[in-house]
Amino acid sequence: MHEMGIANSILEGVAQELKRRPGSRAVSVGVRIGELAGVDPDALSFAFEALTLDTDFAGLAIDVEYVVPRSRCTECRHEFDVRNFELLCPNCGSLSTKRLSGDELEFKYLEIEEDVPQAK
Amino acid sequence: MTRVPMEGKVLNENARVAAELRERFVARRVLVVNLVSSPGSGKTTLLEKTLGALPQASRVAVLTGDLQTENDANRLKRYGFPVKQIVTGGTCHLDARMIEKHIADWDLAQLDMLIVENVGNLVCPSSYDLGEAAKIVLLSVTEGEDKPLKYPSIFFKSELMVLTKTDLLPYVPFDADLALANARRVHPEMEVVRVSCLAGDGLRDWMNWLERRREKFLASLTQPVG
Repeated sequence: MHEMGIANSILEGVAQELKRRPGSRAVSVGVRIGELAGVDPDALSFAFEALTLDTDFAGLAIDVEYVVPRSRCTECRHEFDVRNFELLCPNCGSLSTKRLSGDELEFKYLEIEEDVPQAK
Repeated sequence: MTRVPMEGKVLNENARVAAELRERFVARRVLVVNLVSSPGSGKTTLLEKTLGALPQASRVAVLTGDLQTENDANRLKRYGFPVKQIVTGGTCHLDARMIEKHIADWDLAQLDMLIVENVGNLVCPSSYDLGEAAKIVLLSVTEGEDKPLKYPSIFFKSELMVLTKTDLLPYVPFDADLALANARRVHPEMEVVRVSCLAGDGLRDWMNWLERRREKFLASLTQPVG
């Protein structure tokens, strides 16, 4: 399942960020995932738990913001959220729309605790 | 506790390798297309017809991916073009690293087009950029017309839908116009080509699409960015 690969990439990103902040501990990581990215929320949680168990990241929480795809009308330039694959521009009713986003897989933030005593 | 903003994409490693590959393909002027579909939609057969129709002097190569066996590569090698099999073992999709590894001993300057046949899977290949210029999705008339709605991510990302096995249309309740309408719900600009490899229908349209796509690719290389 590719949620394992995604969970792994999230943890690698966290590890990279922590290297820039020696003495910090990651508490939670925020990510943004588009509905069209094809990532299953339960599978991602499961993969995340499995990968963090019994590691330095045990207990690290993941906070996922799922975002709805956005489109732009090519006639009136209105941008709108797309729900249930609506084709019509809600502003002018045109069928001529262009999908802008919907498959994001991005980092948002990392919540850290600083000045953590280093284990010897 | 402090919240620090983080930027950047997840799937970083694959995206990084894919971006490097894309730069190399652009530098060497190689059009790369990534064929995706459910297992059994007819990717390999379409490629057999494609390689069979190309002039022998064409500078085309193929990478074909499967979990196991070299069957597809063996079928495609008969046409005299460079073909390599990527055996993933268990991975359900090709990734950029696999492409990078398998083209290592090819001279990209000797190629005009590289066709990548992905593992039969409408789900995972959507998440793995291979550095290609275009994704092409195949849908056969023995599948459901609502496939584009069930797998929106891959249909959203594909430029062209190839409707395959059209010779079977008289025998199956498939509504081709509905399938196209569904594809356009998810991706309004989706182009379509209808083919039957068995009957030979639509193959000229498919070859023409590839030709036009290569021209579009070459034209984009001469345009200033930004």
